[in-house]
Amino acid sequence: MKDTAEYQPVFIGEPRERLDETLKKYPTKQAGLLPALWIVQEERGWISDEAIAETAQVLRLTAAYVKGVVTFYTMYHRHPVGENFVQICTTTPCNLCGAEGVVEAFLRETGCESLGATSPDGKFTVFEVECLGACGFATPVLINDDFLEDVTADKIPAIVKKYRDGTSG
Amino acid sequence: MGYPHEPHPNETILLSRYFGDADARSYKGWTKRGGYKALEKALGMERSEVTEVVKESGLRGRGGAGFPTGLKWAFMPEKNSKPHYLCCNADESEPGTFKDREIMRWTPHALIEGCAIAQYAISAEITYIYIRGEFTEPLKIMQEALDEAYAKGVLGNNAMGTGNKLDMYIHRGAGAYICGEETAMMNSIEGKRGNPRIKPPFPAAYGVFGMPTTINNVETLVAVPHIVLEGAEWYKAMSLSNPKSTGTKLYSVCGHVKQPGNYEVTMGFPLGELVHELAGGMRDGRTLKACIPGGSSVPILNKEETESCLLDYEGCVEKGTMLGSGGVIVFDDSADMVYQIMRLARFYAHESCAQCTQCREGTAWTTRILERILAGKGAMKDLDLLLNLADQMTGKTICVLSDSCAAPVVSGIEKFRDEFAAYINGKREPVMVQD
Repeated sequence: MKDTAEYQPVFIGEPRERLDETLKKYPTKQAGLLPALWIVQEERGWISDEAIAETAQVLRLTAAYVKGVVTFYTMYHRHPVGENFVQICTTTPCNLCGAEGVVEAFLRETGCESLGATSPDGKFTVFEVECLGACGFATPVLINDDFLEDVTADKIPAIVKKYRDGTSG
Repeated sequence: MGYPHEPHPNETILLSRYFGDADARSYKGWTKRGGYKALEKALGMERSEVTEVVKESGLRGRGGAGFPTGLKWAFMPEKNSKPHYLCCNADESEPGTFKDREIMRWTPHALIEGCAIAQYAISAEITYIYIRGEFTEPLKIMQEALDEAYAKGVLGNNAMGTGNKLDMYIHRGAGAYICGEETAMMNSIEGKRGNPRIKPPFPAAYGVFGMPTTINNVETLVAVPHIVLEGAEWYKAMSLSNPKSTGTKLYSVCGHVKQPGNYEVTMGFPLGELVHELAGGMRDGRTLKACIPGGSSVPILNKEETESCLLDYEGCVEKGTMLGSGGVIVFDDSADMVYQIMRLARFYAHESCAQCTQCREGTAWTTRILERILAGKGAMKDLDLLLNLADQMTGKTICVLSDSCAAPVVSGIEKFRDEFAAYINGKREPVMVQD
């Protein structure tokens, strides 16, 4: 997806320094691609076509190559997402423990019409994801960088309120 | 220990001793608990001696394949002009498994120490710890521990004051189950799509950046310092059954049990006791129906098999399954096996890297056929079709993702055929709407 606003480069100033520091860990520039894409997402919230072109130029790769890598990994957003990005595990162990009820409750409380859609107030995007690697703490939910354990459907109104009001930190 | 529960007397607690003890996370807390003594000892030994003691201990890879660790290290060529690498596999993504997460959350320095010893043994100057992107907390804790280890001189150009160069970096994944496969992981570190590579060449000859590389799982590496300190005989003695399986293993018990958590027991421990005693057994009024003992990629066991299975590499094979990563998924009599097997198939269809036709098409069609059965639109011949597909998906692809999708389907149809038949014969209400 293209960025509708006039594009401002990501890799200037501090983010550029962070990338240069990261590149020292690897023998090739190409190996800096995943970390570079993380920097883009941290700075912009998602990875636009323009950001792909810029990243490609910085790492001496082609834009087509970078796009191929971006689309392989599910955590890179190719579209803008809500202020709070909610990822709910629904794979078998969590599924046994009621994860689908957690998904329904999140959709209801946030007002998101469907999975992947952003709520009308722009505050939430809810996603079902495969195994988050915390099966003993079913159901784990990742909201932005906050990893929540033992989430059950009844706890969701309070969780959503906290993030909607911005009192999560 | 049975984190987040109290330790059980039948556990043998070695790797999980400090789970829940936040004080063990810091360098100071770790050294107070005897940390970095093993690294000091290892750096005073010949590299080959370190490999030898690990080989002698019988330690086998805890990530799933169970390959002898010392032997893997011994495959690394003699050090010449080429750089060597160690990759630590912390991409824990196998449904049912959550042990590496706890190791990194509570004892990050244990992992650094294990990596450093392995790195020394294989003459690698750099370790990449590949942590899955979703593990925000372990990522933060590991980075803080690494920063501290550098500041204290454990790592760097003069590690522990011995003149050895040991560098260690975290590489954050970005959401791809397949990157837990070692060759896919190396591609991902190189900045590529996480597609598995054809073997040979094996990583010890041509690994990350085309250089000799060893890839070990988190749990394997944290066992190494104990072996270096206490010796191979001591480690080998921790086994209830077969001398081919030694030491302790962490089992992540989840699903329908009262106390899900990580339990550490010696090799050869009875699976039935793990489920019914250590993990608290079934919820009230429920009975055991099935269990997947080694993460979602291994065949499902029924109640009788579960209760008579011994947990080691050989014991699981005897029951027609595998020890895998030790992710124990428990199903009670309320579980809809057809639906849960469809969920597993959907997982693999989602995670297929799509390089191999058998996997790309096989995982997707398996899921669709299972969805059709769940929608009440299946036919008995669909079961034969699923088994035929599974056969085409087994042993025919670059990696084993496709085999992993087939395993629960084949064992599920074999052991729970009645449940499939109930949907097909209209004896059970459809649970899915198919458009």
